[in-house]
Amino acid sequence: MKLSQHRAPIMEALQQYQEARVVPFDVPGHKHGRGNKELADFLGETCLHHDVNSMKPLDNLCHPVSVIHEAEELAAEAFGAKHAFLLVNGTTSAVQAMVMTACKAGEKIIMPRNVHRSAINALILSGAVPIYVNPGVQVDLGIPLGMALDEVRRAIVDHPDAKAILINNPTYYGICSNLQAITELAHAHGMLVLVDEAHGTHFYFNDKLPASAMSVGADMASISMHKSGGSLTQSSFLLINNDVSEGYTRQIINLTQTTSGSYLLMSSLDISRKNLALYGQEIFDKVIKMAQYTRDEVNQIGGYYAYSKELINGDTVYDFDESKLSIHTRQMGLAGIEVYDILRDEYDIQIEFGDVANILAYISVGDRTLDLERLVAALAEINRRYKKDPSSLFDHEYINPEIVQSPQQAFYADKEIVLLAESAGRVASEFVMCYPPGIPIVAPGERITNEIIEYINYCKDKGCFLTGTEDSNVNYINVVKEDV
Amino acid sequence: MNLWFTEDHSPYARFSFRVEEHLYTATSEFQKIDVFQTTEFGRILTLDGYVMVTEKDEFIYHDMIVHVPMATNPSIQKVLVIGAGDGGTVRELTRYPSIKKIDMVEIDEQVVKVCQEFLPQTAAQLTDPRVTLYFEDGLKFVRQQENAYDLIIVDSTDPFGPGEGLFTKEFYGNCYKALNEQGILVNQHESPFYAEDARGMQRAHKSIMGFFPVSKVYQAHIPTYPSGHWLFGLASKKYDPIEDLDSDAWNALGLQTKYYNTKLHVGSFALPNYVKELLIHAK
Repeated sequence: MKLSQHRAPIMEALQQYQEARVVPFDVPGHKHGRGNKELADFLGETCLHHDVNSMKPLDNLCHPVSVIHEAEELAAEAFGAKHAFLLVNGTTSAVQAMVMTACKAGEKIIMPRNVHRSAINALILSGAVPIYVNPGVQVDLGIPLGMALDEVRRAIVDHPDAKAILINNPTYYGICSNLQAITELAHAHGMLVLVDEAHGTHFYFNDKLPASAMSVGADMASISMHKSGGSLTQSSFLLINNDVSEGYTRQIINLTQTTSGSYLLMSSLDISRKNLALYGQEIFDKVIKMAQYTRDEVNQIGGYYAYSKELINGDTVYDFDESKLSIHTRQMGLAGIEVYDILRDEYDIQIEFGDVANILAYISVGDRTLDLERLVAALAEINRRYKKDPSSLFDHEYINPEIVQSPQQAFYADKEIVLLAESAGRVASEFVMCYPPGIPIVAPGERITNEIIEYINYCKDKGCFLTGTEDSNVNYINVVKEDV
Repeated sequence: MNLWFTEDHSPYARFSFRVEEHLYTATSEFQKIDVFQTTEFGRILTLDGYVMVTEKDEFIYHDMIVHVPMATNPSIQKVLVIGAGDGGTVRELTRYPSIKKIDMVEIDEQVVKVCQEFLPQTAAQLTDPRVTLYFEDGLKFVRQQENAYDLIIVDSTDPFGPGEGLFTKEFYGNCYKALNEQGILVNQHESPFYAEDARGMQRAHKSIMGFFPVSKVYQAHIPTYPSGHWLFGLASKKYDPIEDLDSDAWNALGLQTKYYNTKLHVGSFALPNYVKELLIHAK
């Protein structure tokens, strides 16, 4: 029997389980919340009632044969994929599963350097070797762009033995690469195409948005359903297509994923997939409209530049996701992170992130017009009250790294701790990044330079939240020990 | 028939009106609008189940939100009113021949239409030629004004629902910008009595203080608002509402008022100790 997108098999099975009034002599020990009143009061009884363990009527995430399998098939149909896997450990686990499915230790993978830390972490786990393609950089805005087709071609010609190419599409800021052309090029050279589509769930459900990975025939894609898709935090999909084996991919996922998959997360994926499949067109029409309204209003304030499709250049900005509200703040003399902090501390407005030159406000179907007005009014006030001379601000964000060792080699190498300030010339054994957005400034295996140190200090000074090092204050850094 | 309208004044205290007739009910784009004919208070307007105005006690609120700033600076000419869909604030303002221009910004056009139909007592002066009505978000309107008004009156609903944006720091900051050098801002300042209202009052007070050199709070007794003890905020760039009170000029206008007089004006700024305490802690 063919299932309909109106169905939500995991939700339905949970409802039946509840109606059957089954007596639980299995885990979890809170037993539908009765054993932990404070938790049940806080989260709600319904929530705890659905927090149950794998069992025959509810299937098993590690080896789905019934309702989870049906939910995966429905998701695959909704996304136009050969198969979809439900994941409960975030899109990080989806990216890791893509890399580890495509590459074994020592094999090469082509990727842009401005990937999320999860992709480089996957290289540490798998031992795959990155071949970095420089992303384009928009110097005025200080943001990394998509991959230029010629750069990708050069990497493929120089490394014909690479197994796969990883594309980050769209970027956090909404920038899209030429996914179709890169996919065709990679396939012509026998390479798999893996797409980190963490910020692109909505591309599958609205015809005004840029091309999705599955629509251009890519082989695998990581989908953060919990971002624009509306499911609970930490729930994601991994999509596969073409000749990628469902069974082998499942084995790779099971290397690191929990055997106690959360039914709260899984049912949220199921319900959200149904919602997008049925109503995605109208939902994202509305989001695009709200983002466009806010963008127009912000651009009238002065001092801000909320960018959109005018950036399109046919290559490194092949397309732009208009549902994103990315705003350049530097012309006002303020770093994005400063605007981010003022919005939260003074106006009780929490946005997605601020980097040295931009902020990103996440717009979704949950937004109300009055909240958009608050955001615009607060930005106008920040401009009135805080604007200053922009000349003192750093004008360049992307630093092209020198790769000395593979991330895995450097991470597991004999290492020593040195003062970050005195680390120039050494090879990093760990990451330094601002979080969010989580794009490493320096990654394991890369040579630390004075420029990098200066940039890290600048980010610290502006109030970015720096992470990645063992030293929680990021004053020291682990570097690879040098032969004496 | 034993029909009553009940409003929760706190989660544990209620206030009820005997209803003779339910005259109007509809849901606009923003809120549920109802008009009741009550035995004790005449016609009442409710929004999302909260009483906004009653024929019997509206004079207190409208006297106090208009005449206090007008007696502080009787030369006010250009006024912006935000909210105030029932028209009562505009009615009081139109009594001053010296006022040249009144812009009123109300987000919900349907509220104004309903009041014009059912509450002519408050809404009748909305057709005065000096009045221009704008049906849009107050925060958006004020953001686009600079150095444009002598007085802004924020006659809003509560800090939840469509009026939320009118209790925020970005709103008061934009009001500061929209006022000229003599500008005065008066706002509906919630009640100090029940905990939830008091928190809204403290938040508003804290946000306003940050922008204006003069920031005072005054009170009135409004029987149908929760606890009956209600506050207004008066913030100003130049005038102090007591030191600069021009009693002679105001009394010379000869306006007949049912609640306000210039002695009460001074007295209304004398606050009970528990309210003073709340305001100190808002800092």
